[in-house]
Amino acid sequence: MLETGVLDSILDQHSRDPANVVAILQDIQAQANWLPAEDLRYVCTELAIPLSKMMGLATFYKAFSLQPRGKHIASVCLGTACHVRGAERIVGAVERELGIKGGETDEDLQWTLETVGCLGACALGPIVVVDGEYHGQMTSAKTTRLLQKIKKADGNGAG
Amino acid sequence: MLQKITSPGDLTRLREEIQAQRKPDKPCIAICAGTGCQAYGVNRVIGAFEEELDKRGLVDQVDVLATGCPGFCERGPLVVVKPEDVFYQRVQSNDVAEIIEETLVNGRVVDRLLYKDPNTGEKVVHEQDVPFYKLQRREILWVNGLLDPTRIEDYIALGGYGALMKMLSTMEPDEVVDTITRSGLRGRGGAGFPTGRKWASCRRAEGEPKYVICNADEGDPGAFMDRAVLEGNPHAVLEGMIIGAFAIGSREGYFYVRNEYPMAVENATLAVEAARAYGLLGENIAGSGFSLDIDIRRGGGAFVCGESSALMRSLQGDVGEPQAKYVRSVEKGLWERPTALNNVETWANVPLIIDKGWEWYTEIGTEGSKGTKIFSLVGKINNTGLVEVPMGVTLREIIFDIGGGIPDHKAFKAVQTGGPSGGCIPEHMLDLPVDFDELGKVGSMMGSGGLIVMDEATCMVDIARYFLDFLKEESCGKCVPCREGIGRSLEILNRICEGRGRPEDMALLEELSETIRDFSLCALGKTAPNPVLSTLKYFRDEYEAHIHDQRCPAGVCKSLIEYWIDPNLCTGCGACTRVCPQQSIEGEKKAPHVVNKMQCIKCGACYDVCRFDAIVVRSGSVTPTIEAQPALALVEAN
Repeated sequence: MLETGVLDSILDQHSRDPANVVAILQDIQAQANWLPAEDLRYVCTELAIPLSKMMGLATFYKAFSLQPRGKHIASVCLGTACHVRGAERIVGAVERELGIKGGETDEDLQWTLETVGCLGACALGPIVVVDGEYHGQMTSAKTTRLLQKIKKADGNGAG
Repeated sequence: MLQKITSPGDLTRLREEIQAQRKPDKPCIAICAGTGCQAYGVNRVIGAFEEELDKRGLVDQVDVLATGCPGFCERGPLVVVKPEDVFYQRVQSNDVAEIIEETLVNGRVVDRLLYKDPNTGEKVVHEQDVPFYKLQRREILWVNGLLDPTRIEDYIALGGYGALMKMLSTMEPDEVVDTITRSGLRGRGGAGFPTGRKWASCRRAEGEPKYVICNADEGDPGAFMDRAVLEGNPHAVLEGMIIGAFAIGSREGYFYVRNEYPMAVENATLAVEAARAYGLLGENIAGSGFSLDIDIRRGGGAFVCGESSALMRSLQGDVGEPQAKYVRSVEKGLWERPTALNNVETWANVPLIIDKGWEWYTEIGTEGSKGTKIFSLVGKINNTGLVEVPMGVTLREIIFDIGGGIPDHKAFKAVQTGGPSGGCIPEHMLDLPVDFDELGKVGSMMGSGGLIVMDEATCMVDIARYFLDFLKEESCGKCVPCREGIGRSLEILNRICEGRGRPEDMALLEELSETIRDFSLCALGKTAPNPVLSTLKYFRDEYEAHIHDQRCPAGVCKSLIEYWIDPNLCTGCGACTRVCPQQSIEGEKKAPHVVNKMQCIKCGACYDVCRFDAIVVRSGSVTPTIEAQPALALVEAN
């Protein structure tokens, strides 16, 4: 859970208005990387929102995660332009390399694989975004090499 | 401290002051810093320009301008050297020193960075002569290349907020509504509802306060024109909203921006803050007595929130479920109050109409659809990018003249318009004029402006499956026809793609589609069957091949294809064996290789990596005989 002070300052920034709850959750997730249950309970108490409604919101909006996410986030664009250029093969390559499916996080919280509707950089399709960095015109082999490189760099850093 | 603008005269003076500080003949390097070019790594190019100019002591003599997206994404990163407008494409940081030395210092062009017209083979020097731009009519997009979207002064210098001042000093709200009505402007978000009529209803509606909303929750996959406009010229959108708010009598408004568009969120936020600082937003705008404030809200990654009533629920802090259409949002919208919601591009058209007059606007476009429309031209197309054309231009002109046709000499198959709500249009209909009404007649829709081009290697059954898969995820689940209908249709399409299709499946899909279309609550469901119905109508033979022959003619559906190495083309280079995750490709060095079909998972890695086109995707009854592929016999014998 985030510190109460942090949560309070997020709530204050949004004038403690229940109408701003989506923005509040976005800010919590930006800090915590996911939405811990205790944080949601705290927001519910402070803004007098029923927990059931909170769960509705947190599960309805795709941007929110109720599970901790990995240190690295790999997003594969599945927009139509990327799809017709073979994005499925890219997802397959990421899944094989990381051993997780779309929407999943690996056990040691190193990687999360997300798929996204469209990033709007269609000239570069198929696109993979790793930790905010865009990699365009990908092939499955290039994708595998990219992920292996990041993993290796991590390994070296730890060692 | 900024000087607040308290009268139209103040803005004119400010504009003159800004212009006086700027020398029109001062060299300027305009670089596209939109999301597309960012993905190409344009920040390194911008950094290289700044560093090189600094090194040569030219910082004071040359401006570097990071602009929004001018549209030619295919050729990014894009650099234009002004004032001559020399156009360089695919510029990398190691090209920067040469551009500065040759073009800025010596006044010569760098030939190798020019765009080469593939039709004539000639190099094009100036931006305005590039065929991709020349064939467009860029009333909105051209401004993107002229300003830094984070600086309000750039917009003001170009005449920005002039329309607002004209309105505040000479027009009454009814006159504004009337001007927009006469212009024939229709909503660019997809439905094409007449904007003037929407505003008139909202103005008449009872209830206070009234709201204006900019819908920037652009969710159609393959569409990014709203992002480009909001990122590249946020003040034009904001100016449009202020004009609209004045017209309907609103004091409060919102931008609802897609969460996946961080730069659009940032630039819209900066625009609102800057306008407020200059007194162009907030209390007593430019001393007129009219007040309006606008806030920014981010979406939560739900496609359905692009639907207006769902978007309003989301703004209220609720789950974004659409409402029944008999409740009109112009009367009972956000917090049950009269609300005028328009899309980014619609708002961006408003200042143009006020500035140049409705008569000017009606000269552009067709009888029923006025003005220009921005399309995002993507998929299997040579010139991927944003294209702004007058309504009524044909699909063929957009795809072949502006878009440069299909890459790799492949054949055109279809163009998908209108995102998940639209349909696939075949070759023989390419001469259709594109406007709100014409595409609807053939089972598609213009929609918000995504044009996804497909070639012979695109499977139309897979495309229908793709869109339903997308919509199944995005359906909010409130009404049964959409939630269940899409799910069941997807099951059918999945089994067809897996070669388990049944003869009656096509009729069943059509029946289900009609039910979904007729009984869903909102446009997401009502239009969801379009990709299915249009592919069934125009590409029925592909469905039949999947169902009757277990064959995918385009070679896409995984269950129905196999990878085969053509021994006549394979050089035995071994590239495929190195990438194969299954080690299922075997062969001697420099001798034709063979795929062991028993182990192959059809990941396509070998296909991507082969430089000799030796890996062939085959489907159906074309499985090679053992004799035709002697090495296979060996592998299988083992």
